[in-house]
Amino acid sequence: MGNKYDTILIRYGELSTKGKNRKDFIKRLELNLKNALRNYPNLTYQRTFDRIYIKLTDENPDELKEIISKVFGISSFSFTEKVKSDLDVIKEACLNYAKSMNEPKTFKVITRRHDKSFPLNSDGINRAVASDILKNTNHKVDVHHPDFSIQIEVREEDTYITSEKIPGAGGYPTGINGKVLLLLSGGIDSPVAAYELMKRGLEVEAIHYASPPYTSENAKQKVLDLASLISVYQGSMRVNVVNFTDLQLEIYKAVGDSYAITIMRRMMFRIAERYAKAHNCLAIATGESIGQVASQTLESMSVINEVINIPVIRPLVCMDKLEIINLAKKINTYELSILPFEDCCTIFDPKNPVTKPKSDKCYELEERFDYESLIEQCMQNIDNIVVYSKEKKESFL
Amino acid sequence: MPNQRIYFDHSSTTNIHPDVLETYIELLKTHYANSESLYDEGSEIARMMEKARASIAGLLGIHNDEVLFTGSSSESNSLAIKGVAFTNLNKKHIITTQVEHSSILNACEQLQRVFGYEITYLPVNQFGVVSLEDLKAALREDTMLVSIMHVNNEVGTVNPIKQIAEYVKTKSHAYFHVDMTQSIGKIPVDLTNIDLASISAHKIEGLKGSAILIKKKHVPMEPLINGGEQEYGLRGGTSNAVVNMVFAKTLRLALENETTHYQYVQSLHDYFMDKLNDIPGIEFNTNEFSIPHIINFSYEPIPSEVMQNALNQRGFLVSARSTCDSKSINPSHVLKAMGFSDKRASSCIRLSISHENTLAEIDAFIDSLKEIIQLYGE
Repeated sequence: MGNKYDTILIRYGELSTKGKNRKDFIKRLELNLKNALRNYPNLTYQRTFDRIYIKLTDENPDELKEIISKVFGISSFSFTEKVKSDLDVIKEACLNYAKSMNEPKTFKVITRRHDKSFPLNSDGINRAVASDILKNTNHKVDVHHPDFSIQIEVREEDTYITSEKIPGAGGYPTGINGKVLLLLSGGIDSPVAAYELMKRGLEVEAIHYASPPYTSENAKQKVLDLASLISVYQGSMRVNVVNFTDLQLEIYKAVGDSYAITIMRRMMFRIAERYAKAHNCLAIATGESIGQVASQTLESMSVINEVINIPVIRPLVCMDKLEIINLAKKINTYELSILPFEDCCTIFDPKNPVTKPKSDKCYELEERFDYESLIEQCMQNIDNIVVYSKEKKESFL
Repeated sequence: MPNQRIYFDHSSTTNIHPDVLETYIELLKTHYANSESLYDEGSEIARMMEKARASIAGLLGIHNDEVLFTGSSSESNSLAIKGVAFTNLNKKHIITTQVEHSSILNACEQLQRVFGYEITYLPVNQFGVVSLEDLKAALREDTMLVSIMHVNNEVGTVNPIKQIAEYVKTKSHAYFHVDMTQSIGKIPVDLTNIDLASISAHKIEGLKGSAILIKKKHVPMEPLINGGEQEYGLRGGTSNAVVNMVFAKTLRLALENETTHYQYVQSLHDYFMDKLNDIPGIEFNTNEFSIPHIINFSYEPIPSEVMQNALNQRGFLVSARSTCDSKSINPSHVLKAMGFSDKRASSCIRLSISHENTLAEIDAFIDSLKEIIQLYGE
């Protein structure tokens, strides 16, 4: 984009929400935008009933575009240039913009004249600007289906020239619909689940189970890096790392091979529920998808789910692996997800995990050891780490 | 990360010697000209680099033009193998060992795969040592090159390089290359009857990205990196002049202190072994043929990766196997070649000690190791 844009105009389109909800929506969107753009401290924000305006100083519009297009709750946005209300200046600015588009394309000029003392009326301005562009480029006019349109808003002092509408990410502003606690592993699925949750306006906090030394610092760092990649959609993300080693070792000692994963998942759910309830998360979420592994059969899900009393959201539950992979590629988490590090599910990888676990059997096995105190120990051993979408540049770079 | 960080990984790399660092920084600020340039600044740098080359040659008892500056021992090894192989496509047989560094093994594998060479991989005995008899049996009329490491990087065992060199030189037409990366500065090296040798700076308190290949005058060679006349036309690219200059000081300091350091490391090693011997279940993969700088042990109930993670948590920096293979999930090929089981080769830990370590560090390590074994060593 070659022009001297000074304002970004953010549209949230037709909202179904009204009244206070709408106000909350807009406030939250502004907050999320500020979070996403926090590395640009000189931007200033102005919120109106149907738009948010962001004033630029000398920021790079391409960088901003990249970031804003990932913020949920925006239907579209445009860059605006402010020029003097003088026909020659307006014509020149519009021509520059038209020249920045690959020729030949079709276009349309739409003028709104608030300053009725301006010598030309709206139609006159349209014609003057369009004929200048027709003369100096290979673009053609198409008033019905233009490839791009130029909007001119003439006010007394200044005129605003607005570029093409850039589509936003849609959805709801992340956080507007409350907070969920997502079980984040290092795999392909859970980051995609995070994306889907955020898209529906949910703020995502993550819980990760680490089993050092069976899992390495690198494996934990990979999870934090994944969290950082998906936190572009909500600015930052809190990742709660639970030290799971002692509990996990006890499980394997007490319940044996086939039920180990089932019991382990039940423990993970119990810990997640306790953390969620203590930290205003209204639900827990997972990246589970029916039938993908032994613990994701309907029978397994059922006996794992029965130990808690909080909604469990599974955004990927009916997606195919390939669909999930494609989404992971779209949100740039795939390459990182497939790096081979041990995680707490693979490290003790049982040979014959049960696919149809029985509830009675689970309770019976859990009688064998004092998991309650081990869970309490886990709850005391949670490391809270906040990751941001883009770490500050290292000093040596 | 715990505050105390104790380094037992000197065979991976070493901290830079303060004298080397100081000289490097001083030179780097001013000596930026291209050593090939004809104006005074360029000639001065070329002159200094040649001085360094001469000093290195002097320390090793060879001619100046037998020292080629390269970027790493891996590069030196690749150049030695492929650079010599490409000079005579009628002799397509190469002998090396099963326990070489990946740079040698992969260069040979590439020659076999792409150019149809035949490679003989000599076995090692239970101590990790190559036998002269096996080499004698493997040598053929069309053997172009023999490449055998001086000291093994995982178990520190010393090969009978002197006897092998003498045999290859007198009884065959093959050239003989020795990877001296893990021996230089630790034990004496003798280049008699050796045609090519690789030496790296960063294993002896020098800079990374700095190494040499020793290539005796009579050895033919094709370059792998084509460019100008740098390094006698055998390695193109603008000379990393200042880095090459400080290689000389790095090597001099290492050789000057070799004996004193060896004695000190030997005493640390003996102390370490005593302490480790008291822990039930520890099995040593190093032996009487190993240099004292490396102690390799297995504690079978705890796989290498888990042990490394646990040690890292407690502030100890160690390797399991060659650092160049640390991302590989296979058991150590060196330990497998020595006849150890998969389990033993998947639970090895390599401690590599230097004159910078202390008895107190060893005590701290032993305490932590006992704790880890108690926690995770079912």
